[in-house]
Parts: sequence; structure tokens; C-alpha cells
Amino acid sequence: MLGLVIALVAVFVLDIMTGPAWLSVSEVFSALLRSPEADPTNLVIVWLIRLPVAIMAVVVGASLGLAGGEMQTILDNPLASPYTLGISAAAGFGAGLALIVGVGVIPHAEHILVPVNAFVFSMLTSLVIYTLAKIKNASSETIILSGIALLFLFNALNALLQYHASLEELQAMVFWLFGSLMKSNWTKVWIAAAVLGLIIPLIIKDTWRLTALRLGDQKARSLGANVEGLRLKTMIYISILTAAAVCFVGTIGFIGLVAPHIARITVGEDQRFFFPCSALGGALLFSGASVGSKVIVQGAVYPIGIITAFIGVPFFLSVILGRRKRYW
Amino acid sequence: MFEVQDICFRYKSRQVLRDVSIRIVASLTAVIGPNAAGKTTFIKCLAGLLLPRGAILVEGQPMEKWKKTILKEMLSYLPQQSDDKALLTVFEAVLLGRLSKLSWRVKDEDLDITLSVLQELGIEHLAPRILNELSGGQQQMVSIAQALAKQPRILLMDEPTNNLDLHRQLEVFEFIASLTRKRGLTSIVALHDLNFAARFAEQLIVLHEGEVYASGTPDEVLTESLLLRVYGVEAKVMCDDMGVLQVIPIRAAHSKCPRPGDLSCSVGPEFFSEETSMESAIQRGDS
Repeated sequence: MLGLVIALVAVFVLDIMTGPAWLSVSEVFSALLRSPEADPTNLVIVWLIRLPVAIMAVVVGASLGLAGGEMQTILDNPLASPYTLGISAAAGFGAGLALIVGVGVIPHAEHILVPVNAFVFSMLTSLVIYTLAKIKNASSETIILSGIALLFLFNALNALLQYHASLEELQAMVFWLFGSLMKSNWTKVWIAAAVLGLIIPLIIKDTWRLTALRLGDQKARSLGANVEGLRLKTMIYISILTAAAVCFVGTIGFIGLVAPHIARITVGEDQRFFFPCSALGGALLFSGASVGSKVIVQGAVYPIGIITAFIGVPFFLSVILGRRKRYW
Repeated sequence: MFEVQDICFRYKSRQVLRDVSIRIVASLTAVIGPNAAGKTTFIKCLAGLLLPRGAILVEGQPMEKWKKTILKEMLSYLPQQSDDKALLTVFEAVLLGRLSKLSWRVKDEDLDITLSVLQELGIEHLAPRILNELSGGQQQMVSIAQALAKQPRILLMDEPTNNLDLHRQLEVFEFIASLTRKRGLTSIVALHDLNFAARFAEQLIVLHEGEVYASGTPDEVLTESLLLRVYGVEAKVMCDDMGVLQVIPIRAAHSKCPRPGDLSCSVGPEFFSEETSMESAIQRGDS
């Protein structure tokens, strides 16, 4: 875990260094510490442009890693993630409605129409999954199947929106769906970080019960855990976390799936280690993708959703295939 | 400790327990009966995991009047063998037995109790091993340790020695029996092995098709005619040198009598001889 923290700090600094104008490590630190010798231009670049992006990458990566890890835990399924359950696709549809139709769920909020729509739609989707699950006693199969059905529904709705969109609208929507950190600012960073900071203590409170859930519903129940209640409560936490993350950066599919697997292989499934590691892994992957998106073509920023998969897939496959013992 | 009054339970269309009434007075009680007799359902009802119609009194007070947290503290339930695939060490898994007491920072007391249970069961060498790398028998030992780590007053176990070799089976039952005596527990175990039931249990409850067919001490309950009627097995029941009953199965009969009192079985009258008088002493489920 310490290794992950060190790697994350290194990648975080690298993320601030990279961009159209490369900064050295000393320039980054003197700007971060606001030292008197710091170049005023560097201060502006670091504090107004790169730091919000770099912190956003860490916060969103950690949120998605944590959400994916807990989703796989409560649903007892290695394929579960906010993406596979349609929550991210719902956010995409909300954003698409704002971008193409100009319809907002909150009136007079034009400047924050896209993130608000994305947040509300991902929360609504979670609410639908939650309600369906509650009707059917919150079994993991019901939650997964409901989520997959909604994923297909929102993918179809997104395609419908794109079909009717003008060229400019289409471009805006596709760009949003690719995911981007470039619109990050301090307000968005604080909102996403506050949500993450709020959810983490709630998950800490349930760490042992969540660990018990990995022994199966029957065993967890026999150990005294309220399985259904725990599953539904955690589902709400995950939904808020995912909604707050994707509404600002767009659809990011890979982090929530991969980071938990890396954490599981590294530290096992004792939640005291698993969930921090899952969050750290997500933050590391997304920060790495942020660096990658800026360095592939000098002076241009590639959509981070694409880079996440390019970096994550080979890394993930090497971790999975390199492991001899069964781990799920 | 337990008084069960007319409980009925059904899974959708299948009635599993029918008007079960029984007083569990012994410290170690075995619930026996053929497959699908309702043993697991009965144990789950006692554990509060299923809510049957009727009443279950724990220490004289209806189960639903107990505070849930207190009842959970009091009871430890070991379900039938499950395939543990979690990436947890054996130590972490046994520690989970103390779930209600655990916080982020684990207390020394919880660690000590976990270690002592592992030592008492002779599996402390497994502590650092990953759960999903263990054999079925080893996983079962871990589950037993988990149930004991809670330090319950009532221990409910559903076929706890499944998957264990003979040596381990004996070891586990001797441990459970001594723990029950030493700590004054009420232990109720559902099991198939009648010889283990006869040897270790003070009270037997025979379930058959969801009803209490008979209950009493092993001497009262385990008769040749009962084995024929309930299990459809021709068997000899005799005492060994230590005075413990032994059941020696001979062959499966062509059919068994499904209900108490139904004597239309496929074997000759030689199987209904001297036991008939003894059986009249047995408390019948339909009496």
C-alpha cells in the first residue's frame, strides 16, 4: 500500500509537470509552495490550470476505484462496476440531454446544466436499481440484471440523441462521453472531494460487515450482518460517489472495474486494506491516464477515457494473467 | 433454554415444518432425520434467520421480544458447508466471528480470543493461509472456529462435521461436547451420523417430514423400528462396552413408513418386537 502511495505522489507531480509547457520538478514545487523565487507564469499555470486537473484526476480515480470495489463486494461479482451497471451511461444521457436538447432538470442553472443533469440521471438510475432490488429482497442477481438492462436502455437513448443531433451537438456529446479533465476547476474539485470525504467514513464504519459479505450472504447473516440493509446502504454510497465523479469528467469506464482487482490481488479482501488500496489504485490509474493523455502528442490533450483503456488494459491483463492462484 | 410451540414454516408451495412443538432442555441436543426432514429449516428458525408461524421462547421469553442485538450476541449459528472463495486469511475469517465487536482498529481481546479458538481446535498453523486455498475439511474447521470465536451462549450448528475425516469428526465433537459442559452452553446440532448423535448428545429430536417424530434420550429414541420407519433402513441397535448405543445399518428396506403410526412397511413383523413397548415411552411428535 505504501508503494501505491509513493507511486501516486510521483504520478501526481508528473501530472502537474506535463502540458504544453513542461515544468521541472523544482519549478512545480516552488510554485506549489508559492516560494518568492517562483515564476509568476508558473504560479498561474500550476494553481489555476494544472493543480485542479491533477487533484480532480486523483479524486475521480479514487471515487471510481472505491465505488467499483464496493460494488464488486456487495454484488459478489467481478464484473460489477458503475459502468457495467448503467450508472455512467445514465450520466452520459443526462449530459447529452443538456448538450443536445438543452433540457435541464433544475431550471435557471444553465452554466452547470451538464454536470447537474449527469448527476441527477445517475442518481435516478441508482434509485431505480435500488427500488427493483428492494422489491426482490436485494439479491445481487436482481441488482446486476436490473443494472445491465438499464445500461442497454441508456446506450440506446444516447444513440437516439446522437442520431437527432446537429454536427456541433454531436461533437460536444461525443467529447463528453470520451471523458475529459480539462474542464476541471476548484469548485468542481471541492465538490467531488467533499463527496469522497463524506462517503469514506461511512464505508469505514461498515468495513468488517463488508468483509463478512465476501463469505457469502448466508455466512454473513449467520455472523450477525444485516445483509440486505448493508447491500442497499452501500449501493446508495456508491451511487453518490459515482454520480459526483462522472458528472464532472464524463464517462470513464475502466477504473471502477480494474482498480478493485489490482487491490484484491495486492492486499486481499480485508476491507481495511482493500478499499483504501482500491481507491489508491483508481487514483493512480487515472492520474497516469491524465499524464498519458498529455504526452502522447505534444501540445494536444487526448480524451482521457480512451487513454485510460489504453494504459489500463495491458496493465490489467498482465496482472490477471501473471497471477497463478485463483483469486475470485 | 428453547421452547418451541407449534411452529410451521413453508417455502412457497412446500410445507417444511408442521406444528413442531418441543422443549429443548439438554445442554447438547442433536436434531436427526432423513434428508428433507426439515432439520436445516428448524435450526434456522431457532437462529432467528427464518420467521415461522407459532412461537419460539428463548429463556422463557418469545424470540421477537428479545432485542435483536442481544440475541445476535447470544447465538452463534454455523450454516452447512459453503465454498469460501474470499481472499481472506484464516485468521481474518475467524476474527469475523466476532463481527459485532470489531472496529477499524481491532482490540487485543478480539485477537487473543481468535488465537485461542484456533489453538483449541488445533488449526493455528492455518492462520496465515488464504481461505480459498484450503481443503473442504479445513474450511469447515475454520467455520467452526468462526462460530466459537463469538463466545456464544447458544451454539446452533448444521451438519458441522460434513467434509471432515473421522479423526477430525471425533475431535470436533469431543471439543464441542467439552466446551458445552465447561461453559454451560446450549448446543443444538443437526446431523446425519446417528452414532455420533448417540455418543455425544443428551437429547435427540427426530424430525420426519417436517414433524417431530420422536424425542428423548438416545436410549429412548434410537430403536430399530424407528430407524426402519423414519429412515427406511433395517439396522441393529446395540450397546458397546462403554454403554454407548451403536447403530449398525444392515440394508435399505424397500419402502419406509411415512408417518408415525403407519405400520404398513415392506418388512416382516420380526422388526416390530420388543421396541414397541419402548416406543410408547417416547414423546411422539403427533402426541
